[in-house]
Amino acid sequence: MTLTRTLICKAGLALCLLAGSLLAQARPSPELVMQIATGDNDAKIAALNAIAASADSEARPLLEALRDDNLKSLAGKQAIIYDGETATDAITGAKLAKVPEELDDVVTNNRVTSALEAALAALDITSTDRDTRLQAVKHLQDSPDPAILPLLDKALTTEKDSEIATLLRYTQASAQLHHPDKAVRMAAIKTLGDSGDPEARQLLGGLLEKDGASYKEADGDVRLAAQHAIIAINHHLKLGEILGGLFTGVSLGSILLLAALGLAITYGLMGVINMAHGELIMIGAYTTFVVQNLIRTHAPSLFAYYPLIAIPIAFLVSAAFGALIERLVIRHLYGRPLETLLATWGISLVLIQLVRNIFGAQNVMVENPAWLSGGIQVMSNLILPWNRLAIIAFSILVVAGVALILTRTRLGLFVRAVTQNRQMASCVGVATPRVDTLAFALGSGIAGLAGCALSQVGNVAPDFGQGYIVDSFMVVVLGGVGQLAGTVYAALGLGVLNKLLEGYAGAVLAKIAVLVIIIVFIQKRPQGLFAVKGRFVED
Amino acid sequence: MNKTLTARLFGPKAWGFLLAFAILALIVVPLLNLAVPGSSPLHVSTYWVTLIGKIMCYAIVALAMDLVWGYTGILSLGHGIFFALGGYGMGMYLMRSIGRDGVYHSDLPDFMVFLNWKELPWYWQGTEHFLYAMLLILLIPGLLALIFGFFAFRSRIKGVYFSIITQAMTYAAMLLFFRNETGFGGNNGFTDFKRILGFSITSPQTRVALFAVTAICLIGALLLGRYIVTSKLGRVLTAIRDAETRVMFSGYNPLPYKLFIWTLSAVICAIAGALYVPQVGIINPSEMGTANSIEIAIWTAVGGRGTLIGPLIGAGIVNGVKSWFTVAFPEYWLYFLGLIFILVTLWMPRGIVGLVGQLRERLRGKETQA
Repeated sequence: MTLTRTLICKAGLALCLLAGSLLAQARPSPELVMQIATGDNDAKIAALNAIAASADSEARPLLEALRDDNLKSLAGKQAIIYDGETATDAITGAKLAKVPEELDDVVTNNRVTSALEAALAALDITSTDRDTRLQAVKHLQDSPDPAILPLLDKALTTEKDSEIATLLRYTQASAQLHHPDKAVRMAAIKTLGDSGDPEARQLLGGLLEKDGASYKEADGDVRLAAQHAIIAINHHLKLGEILGGLFTGVSLGSILLLAALGLAITYGLMGVINMAHGELIMIGAYTTFVVQNLIRTHAPSLFAYYPLIAIPIAFLVSAAFGALIERLVIRHLYGRPLETLLATWGISLVLIQLVRNIFGAQNVMVENPAWLSGGIQVMSNLILPWNRLAIIAFSILVVAGVALILTRTRLGLFVRAVTQNRQMASCVGVATPRVDTLAFALGSGIAGLAGCALSQVGNVAPDFGQGYIVDSFMVVVLGGVGQLAGTVYAALGLGVLNKLLEGYAGAVLAKIAVLVIIIVFIQKRPQGLFAVKGRFVED
Repeated sequence: MNKTLTARLFGPKAWGFLLAFAILALIVVPLLNLAVPGSSPLHVSTYWVTLIGKIMCYAIVALAMDLVWGYTGILSLGHGIFFALGGYGMGMYLMRSIGRDGVYHSDLPDFMVFLNWKELPWYWQGTEHFLYAMLLILLIPGLLALIFGFFAFRSRIKGVYFSIITQAMTYAAMLLFFRNETGFGGNNGFTDFKRILGFSITSPQTRVALFAVTAICLIGALLLGRYIVTSKLGRVLTAIRDAETRVMFSGYNPLPYKLFIWTLSAVICAIAGALYVPQVGIINPSEMGTANSIEIAIWTAVGGRGTLIGPLIGAGIVNGVKSWFTVAFPEYWLYFLGLIFILVTLWMPRGIVGLVGQLRERLRGKETQA
């Protein structure tokens, strides 16, 4: 296996030198074409590598024909491109008068296919389109062949885009690992060591392998450099992993925060455990779904902005439901928190079934608009998805907005007054029933916002709100009642803790561990992280 | 209020009802099922025996809930875990008694063969002995409740906080039992039971025997509950419910009282679970779901909290309606259940028993007027 590979490399190198001298040539030479059409697999690969090295754009029809199974051979003597209608001579490009019978297929195997793809990528590397070049260089990076070195050198001299240029340099370095010149090899290893790429680690590891009695890389200095480079890559990957874990933790935390923030307000204010909170989140998500569909059918040009349009609507719809629930049910149960809990659970059942009847029990599709899909690649093993970043930013905005409402508006002042002392607030003229309704609507509206955000990262189903209810209660319990800061810290802390534990113990055990930790924590601080300071007489 | 209610419900009439129920469940139903031929209109089919047996298990759970919620004011949203643990304990015994009659004809339960396990995990050792399994059914949920309750009550977690934490505990346990690695059959739990104490589990005689045992347990739990709530201990529990701080100021430490009733309630729940599994033929982690545990509270609330007899009525009515509804209009069951939750809490805080009491008082009022 390795023997044949070195043979192929050597053949490729030889052909590359041959082809390099003929770089200006217009069409691929007849020998190469015949080798591809009629030679055995090794010959085909050698020829393809030669074409790749020459980066001869005239060879594109031939390669595409091979890729699409349109390249045929006629009795092993003539190579023909036959696209189902017309037949052309693959060497001269002349159209044949009539389609010859008995065309033989050119058979390829996996190795030939990958060589073919590399050759096509080599042609694309000089394309004027940035994305095509990027794809091409990524492809070449997967199979760095010394044969394409001249091509890479050439591409590097003209490449302006820094991302592509970096990738080109890494590819170049990978291809130079077996370069005869020790200095070149050392430089290549150093470049790869900086890349932080797990593939490069594998290539470097190859140098340290033993081939019989001797190392594949004979020079001890080079081997040492390779070892250092591998360590550097490992550090880089480890860092990426830790940062990735931290990011998913913060991302989960921001989701928890959005889900729990509304609950913190309603619970903090009225001492009401709203078990239908998850369903208010669900209503926000379904509102987003409806807005998405309406915009898609009525105003497709606005589709990219539909989440922004859905945000206020989701807030209003959920807030309206919340106000209704407060007026119809919760109002009549003040002072009976356990009954409120049961009644709101009943409401949640009704809401779930209602949505099930309207939209069906299956998940509904809420699509990410283009600007929310994909992500930015920060490190070789760390991609930050846009939708997660958007949710983190969104939750910061929502917290800031809630903080502003609570501290800077008249409603916020009343809400704080009622939270601290209902009777006293009532005595000095605060219309506590009105404040209750408004505050409950505010908390519910925030649940709607959470639903809008969650629809961008997960499935939306009638009972998906129930999945958040236990978690968001834990956040509120941990954070302490009536404390915005407590909710924020608790949500982020739980999110990060959960993801860190997940790395060691798996998702389920991590979740269990977090719940146990919370239960133990409550032992020490029954009032949560941030207890309201003061002296209270319990009920 | 509660004193008069308890006294009335356990007056001579109530004892009469209890006796009638005992005769009905222990003699009449078994006879009608086994001795009366299937063609006769008086025949009670095995389906009904199983259904009523199942509902009696629920009634025991509702009674256990009434002891902690109705009398002590502790609303647990996690009683499903004790029920399920009792069920799993019985399930372990039933799985072991399948022997080599499983699909894979192995000494191990089928799901372990399926997971390619070579030997029983340590906590399965000895479960083939019925008495040991029964001991586990009482001890494991009891210990869990004792430990959990000790920590929760010691730091004076109460009210909705306690409810939420019990919910979290049960949720965590559900996640744990859903894992295959936990060794309790994962998603599918235990099923395909063959025999109990050597008797075929599907035979009508076994079914009727299980039915009768459940009825005895139900009556026993009711009498035990009555004994407790009418004792001095019961008075302290009610006082804790009404004004815990005052009880403390009067020199009582609520911790042992709460801990006792909480643990007892958990053990009663576990017994109900253990009786439930052989009758229904399956136990899986969904029994620990959030919704199941909250439903227990509504059975109790529908019947009337703090009345002992009310929860039994509530469990019977809600589950009776449920088994009819989910067949006739499965679409609307959740609406119905949801509305029960809302309406009962809004307008029937004392449940059906309270409603009956109100009606009676009104009738009596009319009589005295006339």
